[in-house]
Amino acid sequence: MQRKNTLIGGLFLLAAILPLSALADAQEFKLANGMRVIVKEDHRAPVVVSQVWYRVGSMDEVNGKTGVAHALEHMMFKGTKAVPAGEFSKQIAVAGGRENAFTNRDHTAYFEQLQKSKLELALRLESDRMHNLVLLPKEFAKEIKVVMEERRLRTEDKPQALVYETLMATAYQTHPYHHPVIGWMNDLENMTADDARDWYRQWYAPNNATLVVVGDVESKDVLKLAERYFGKIKPVALPPRKPQSEPEQRGIKRVTVKAPAKLPYLAMSYHAPALRDPDKDWEPYALAVLAGVLDGNASARLNQELVRRQQIANSVSAGYDLIARGPSMFMFDGAPAEGKNVVELEAAIRGQIEKLKQDGVTEEELQRVKAQVIAAQVYQRDSMFYQAMLIGEVVTAGLSLNTLETRLAKLKAVTAAQVQEVARKYLVDDRLTVAVLDPQPLDNAQPVKPAAGGRHGN
Amino acid sequence: MGTNMQLTAKAQRREEKHFLPETLRLCASAVKFFGFAGLLLAATAANAALPIQHWQMENGARVYFVENHDLPLLDVSVEFPAGESRDDKSRPGVASMTQHLLTHGAGGMAEDEITRRLADIGAILGGSLDQDRAGLTLRTLSTERGKALEIMTSALQSPDFPEAVLQREKTRSIADLKEAMTQPAAIAGRAFNTLLYGTHPYGLSSTLEPDSIAALRREDVVDFYRAHYRADHAVVALIGDVTVAQAKEIAMQLTSGLSRAGKAPQPLPAVDMPKGEVRRIVHPAMQSHILVGQPGITRDDPDYFPLYVGNYVLGGGGFASRLMEEVRQKRGLVYSVYSYFLPMQQRGPFQIGLQTKREQADEALAVVQKTVREFVAKGPTADELKKAKQNMVGGFPLRIDSNGKILGYLSMIGFYQLPLTYLDDFSGKVEQVTAAQVRDAFSRRIQPDNMVTVVVGAD
Repeated sequence: MQRKNTLIGGLFLLAAILPLSALADAQEFKLANGMRVIVKEDHRAPVVVSQVWYRVGSMDEVNGKTGVAHALEHMMFKGTKAVPAGEFSKQIAVAGGRENAFTNRDHTAYFEQLQKSKLELALRLESDRMHNLVLLPKEFAKEIKVVMEERRLRTEDKPQALVYETLMATAYQTHPYHHPVIGWMNDLENMTADDARDWYRQWYAPNNATLVVVGDVESKDVLKLAERYFGKIKPVALPPRKPQSEPEQRGIKRVTVKAPAKLPYLAMSYHAPALRDPDKDWEPYALAVLAGVLDGNASARLNQELVRRQQIANSVSAGYDLIARGPSMFMFDGAPAEGKNVVELEAAIRGQIEKLKQDGVTEEELQRVKAQVIAAQVYQRDSMFYQAMLIGEVVTAGLSLNTLETRLAKLKAVTAAQVQEVARKYLVDDRLTVAVLDPQPLDNAQPVKPAAGGRHGN
Repeated sequence: MGTNMQLTAKAQRREEKHFLPETLRLCASAVKFFGFAGLLLAATAANAALPIQHWQMENGARVYFVENHDLPLLDVSVEFPAGESRDDKSRPGVASMTQHLLTHGAGGMAEDEITRRLADIGAILGGSLDQDRAGLTLRTLSTERGKALEIMTSALQSPDFPEAVLQREKTRSIADLKEAMTQPAAIAGRAFNTLLYGTHPYGLSSTLEPDSIAALRREDVVDFYRAHYRADHAVVALIGDVTVAQAKEIAMQLTSGLSRAGKAPQPLPAVDMPKGEVRRIVHPAMQSHILVGQPGITRDDPDYFPLYVGNYVLGGGGFASRLMEEVRQKRGLVYSVYSYFLPMQQRGPFQIGLQTKREQADEALAVVQKTVREFVAKGPTADELKKAKQNMVGGFPLRIDSNGKILGYLSMIGFYQLPLTYLDDFSGKVEQVTAAQVRDAFSRRIQPDNMVTVVVGAD
C-alpha cells in the first residue's frame, strides 16, 4: 500500500490512544559503555525481532543539511570493512530474515526479524556497523539519488504530503520540526559523503543507542550476546543538544498549497505539550483521550458528525502524539464532501471544538475511549515487532520504560473535566496553523501514444 | 490486486491508521512481496505444523479453525466469491459497494448503533475485498466475543442497505475515485489492469467511472448480495481463544441465516493472453510510474513453485533481487522496484513496478527489460537459487508468528481449497525446485517481448 500521507491521520492517532502496559515484564540492562538493552520475552512463536534505536533524528539536523539523518540511514547498508556494500541485507536474507530501517524526527532505528536461532547474526552485523561504517563517495553519490527519488515519490508528487510538509514548516518557526524528515530537495542535491560521515561520527555510539529485543529468547542470553558484540565499542562524547524551543505563536497562521489533485484538503495543527513527566503530567493524557473521543474508535465524534450525519466531510481525522522529544501538536485533517469547500469543513471542525469546550464529553464517550485502550493492550501483543516499536519509541524519547505502565493507568484515570479543560486551553486560535490544498487540474492527463505492439525503450 | 480505486482509497484510509515510521529505506509497496498475503507461501520448519481443524457444515459452508489460547483474543473472517470480478458488466462497482455497506446498517441497527456497540467493547469489524473474494473480518477480545459476533452475524445475514446511506457512500466513493484518477500510481494501476484483462471479469474494476457509481441502485446491491453471499459458498476462518465446540457454534451462528436459494455464481472464465502493448499517459508528476507485466498464474498452477522461487531472484527478494541490484543499487535510478506473481482463481497479474524521475524513465525501463530478458533466457544461477531457498525455508516461522497472519492463511487455504497440509508441504516443494525448472517455467510463461507496459508521467 502506498501511503497518501504519513503523519496526518497516521502516526499520531494510534500513539494517542495506544496503551503500553503489556510490556511491563520487559527487562532493562545497561552496558558499561552506556548502551541500553531491553528484552521482552515472548514465547508464542520461535522468532525474534531485534531493533537498534539511535537517539538522533531529523530534529538534530542544522540548516543546509536537512535530510542527513535519513541519508545516513541509507548509507548504513553500504558496507563496513568486514561486510561490503549490500552484504548486510544479503546475509539477513540468507538467514531467512527481513531487515529495514526508518528515520523519524526523534530517532533512527534499524531492525531485523528472524527465526530465534539467528539473533546472534543480527547483533553481530548491527554492532559492526555501529562503529565500522565505510562511507565511500562513490556509493554516496548513487544513494543520494535514490533518496531524491524517495522524496519525489513520497512528497513532491503527493499533494497531501506537500500540505503536511508546508503545515509543519509554517507552524514551527524555529524548532527543527520545521524541516521534513527526508530533507529539502536542495539540501539533498548539495549533500556530500562528508556530511553523512560527520553525522555518523557524532551520533553513532553505544551511549546514544538502545537495543530492543522481543521474541522467543531468554533475557540473560540476549544480554550476554549484547555484551559480546556491543560491549567492546567505545562511547563518544555526544554533541550538546540545543533546546531550540519554539517561541509562542502570536496569532493564527494560514497557508495554501497548489498541486495537481481533484479533492481539496485541509490540515490544522494546534501547538500542544508532549509528555515530559509521566507521573506528574496530566494534560498530555487528557489530550490523548480527547483525540480518542474525536477520532479514536468507530463511533467517535468526527466521523459520526461530519461524515455520516452532516455530510460536510468526505473524510476527517484528528490526532495527538504524546510521545516526542520536541513539542507536540493536536491535529485535524480532512477532505470536504462533494459540494462543500475547505472553509465549510474548517467551520465544521471548529464547531466540534466549540461544542467540546462548551459541553465537554459524556461519561459514555470516556468509557468508550478507555475500552479501546484496554482492547488495544491485548491486540498489540499479537505483534512482536509492534511491541518492540513501543519500547524503542518511549525510551528513545527520554522516558523510562515504566512510562508504558504508568501511561495506561493515567489514561484510564482521565476525567471528563480534564478533557474539557485541555480543549479550552490548547485548541485556541493563537496556537493554530491552517494549511489547505488548492487542487489544480490535470487537463492533459490522457494517453498520447496508445501505440500497440512491441516494447518500449530500446 | 484490485485496481478498483474506490476501494483503494478506502484501503488507504485504513492503512493510515497504522503506526508507520516517517521515512524508511524501503517502503511497504516495495517490499510487498515479503508480506503480500497472496504470495505468503510458507515453508515447513520442524516446529511449524499448524494444526488446522476443518469441517464443512450442512449448509455447505467450509470452516477452518486453529485453537490458540495464548492471548484472550479471537479473529474471525467470513468470505465469499463476491469480489470485484463478480461485478455485472452493466453495474461495475456493485461488488465493492455491497461489501462496503454490510456494516452500515443491519438487522434493524442503524450504522451509529453498530459503531457504538463495537466501540463499547473495543472490537474491530473490518472488510476484505479483492478480485476474487469479499467478506468481513472481526478482531475481538475473547471475553467480548458474544456481543461482537452478534453484530458480525447481523452484518453478514441481514444487512439493511439503507437508501440514505447508499446515496451518501456513493457520493464519497465518487469523490475518492475522481481523486484517485488524478494520482499517477492509481492511473497506472488502472491502465495496467485494463491492458492485462480487457473484457475478462478481472478487467471490470478498471471500467469503474463516477457515472457507474452514480447509477448504482439499492436493488442492484440487494440483488448482488442475495446472489453472492450464500451459505454454500461461505468460507469461515477462525483462530484464537475458543474451543472447537465453541468454534462450531460460532460458524453455525455466522452462516445459518445466509441464503442458499437461486443459482450459484458460475466459475470465472480463463484469461486470454493480451498482445504486448506500451501505453504512455501524460501526467505532470515529477516521476514516471511504470508497470510492466502480463497475466501470471492461478492458485493451483502447476508452475507455481518454480515461478515463485524464481521470482524471488528476479524481483521478489528485495535487496537480494536482480531488479533491485540493477536498477537501484548499481544505478540509483529508483527508490522502489519489484516484481511479483499474484496467484488468483484465474491467472492473476505478474507485475513489475517502479517509479523514477521522468527524464530517466526510458533508461530505467530499458534496464528492467534487459534484466527480465536475461533472467527468462538463462534462469537463476546455482548460488542464487540456493539463497532463495534458504530465505524461504529459513523465514518460514516469521510467516505464521501471529494470529493475524495465520487467519490470512486459513481464509486463503479455505477459499482456494488448498490442501490442509499446504503449509507443511511448502518447504519440501521449495527445496525440490531446480534451476532448470525455473528456467523452463519462466521461458514458457513469461514473454519479455510481449508484455504490457504502462508509463504514467510520460512527456
